[in-house]
Amino acid sequence: MVWVIAARELRSLFLSPLAWSVLAVVEAILAYLFLGQVDLYLTLQPRLAAMPGAPGVTEVIVVPLLGNAAVVLLLVIPLLTMRLIAEERRNQTLPLLFSAPVTMAQIVLGKYLGILGFLGVMLGLIALMPLSLLVGGSLDWGLMASGFLALALLLAAFASAGLYMSALTRQPTVAAVSGFGLLLLLWIIDWGGRGEEGGSPLLAYLSILRHYESLLEGVFKSSDVIYYLLFILTFLVLSVRRLDADRLPH
Amino acid sequence: MESPDALIVVEHLSRYYGPTAAVRELSFQVRRGEVLGFLGPNGAGKSTTMQTITGNLAPSGGRVTVGGADILDEPVAAKARLGYLPEQPPVYKELTVDEYLRFCARLNRIPRAQVGEAVARAKERCGLADMGRRLIGNLSKGYQQRVGIAQAIIHQPDVVILDEPTVGLDPIQIREIRDLIRELGRDHSVILSTHILPEVQSVCNRVLIINRGEKVFDDSIEALTRRMQTSALVVALRRPPALGELEELPGVSAVETLGEGRFRLHHDPEHSPAEDLVRAACAGDWGLVELTPERLSLEDVFVNLTCVEPAGEAA
Repeated sequence: MVWVIAARELRSLFLSPLAWSVLAVVEAILAYLFLGQVDLYLTLQPRLAAMPGAPGVTEVIVVPLLGNAAVVLLLVIPLLTMRLIAEERRNQTLPLLFSAPVTMAQIVLGKYLGILGFLGVMLGLIALMPLSLLVGGSLDWGLMASGFLALALLLAAFASAGLYMSALTRQPTVAAVSGFGLLLLLWIIDWGGRGEEGGSPLLAYLSILRHYESLLEGVFKSSDVIYYLLFILTFLVLSVRRLDADRLPH
Repeated sequence: MESPDALIVVEHLSRYYGPTAAVRELSFQVRRGEVLGFLGPNGAGKSTTMQTITGNLAPSGGRVTVGGADILDEPVAAKARLGYLPEQPPVYKELTVDEYLRFCARLNRIPRAQVGEAVARAKERCGLADMGRRLIGNLSKGYQQRVGIAQAIIHQPDVVILDEPTVGLDPIQIREIRDLIRELGRDHSVILSTHILPEVQSVCNRVLIINRGEKVFDDSIEALTRRMQTSALVVALRRPPALGELEELPGVSAVETLGEGRFRLHHDPEHSPAEDLVRAACAGDWGLVELTPERLSLEDVFVNLTCVEPAGEAA
């Protein structure tokens, strides 16, 4: 059942011009940044060659690329997730799912997997850029894997928050704006304490960025992975509860 | 009380929106092979009741079971046995009819191998055979409505619930849909809400009328027809006798003068004085030119049931 809903979601995404334009714009911007990074590497190359233990191609090109990708996608993902539930609510198609023999959890999971499928495609397209470097050199596979794992987890977390925001409203635009606001807040939540020594450990823990950065640098800590999994689980559970509440007397 | 073949059992159903009661203590049953016409003025709670039966709304009080499965305790089992067409057909406009129906079939747990067959059958029954490749968004309202009905019957559910299924259809389509509903009624249970009263007479075998969330009538269509026969005759006489002579006819309880030789004779429902009147008219040379048993239209009964405070009897 989950897969049936996910497949429908993915199909509808690709039937709308939104998905294609998002893919095109993200790819174009990241390609520009990628080329800039390649250029930087080429100018630095003579100096790097002389340095012992100098950063390699992966560190100079791929890591900043993924760092920038996170910011671009923070802007873009709320646009993709906004229609998941809000649009069904506005078009009054939710009764179809509610009166079918599926549970709320299956509906939410189906929609979530549908959007993850799309993000998988996007991730694949982004990965093609660093992989193209294989033509003229070699990559640090450990760093690559850690970086892309980080990006995948980050996107999955963004999507779950966006899904919840979409479950809250019947206006897709409101879902997009609030989703974007929530993600941005979680991104910058630890900035306040940065200047002082230590800052608030709670805010630092909540920050999506902190966990992303450490994974990106190739430091694989299970606590970071668990943070993302908890984050996703929380928003999925909240979404199920929100949909359930649609039916209750209030 | 609960008959063994009751597919839908609604017991003391209440639903509140904040302090407003949309449905109050509503109880009824629908048996297999029954087409229940669900009537009521706007805002009477028809849609709310239907949404509650289909699990789109949780009841504030009371119980709903579909085929023996409680909609709250075993929602999946209950929902597997019903098909629902809401007021607004829940169609995805970006999909084609075939894609959409295939999705609905899979959603209703039809095995992959039988999906094609189920889709073809549903399209056939709803007159969509040539529309498979069309985008739903490009179809007219009437055809979207048909797609909505096809979606509700695709898994051949025991119970089909249709919220105003003939809205927006042309007269030919309406007739086709009514035939379809009648056919569905043979081996499924159908609940049909509508504003169109003749539709109830033509397709339903039971009628449930609610007003302000409360049941005001629940009986067979025959009982409703009986209610429509009133106990009055209208007669026109060229040479009317004294009023007293008419009043003396057996069975006549009151006589109303309508002017120009026309009278309304109220009588007790069992004994129509028509025969005696004709005999007397011949004997007395009253010049009888018109004799009509007065019939209330379904509209009148409906208005009587839903507008008159403590549900008034038909006049």
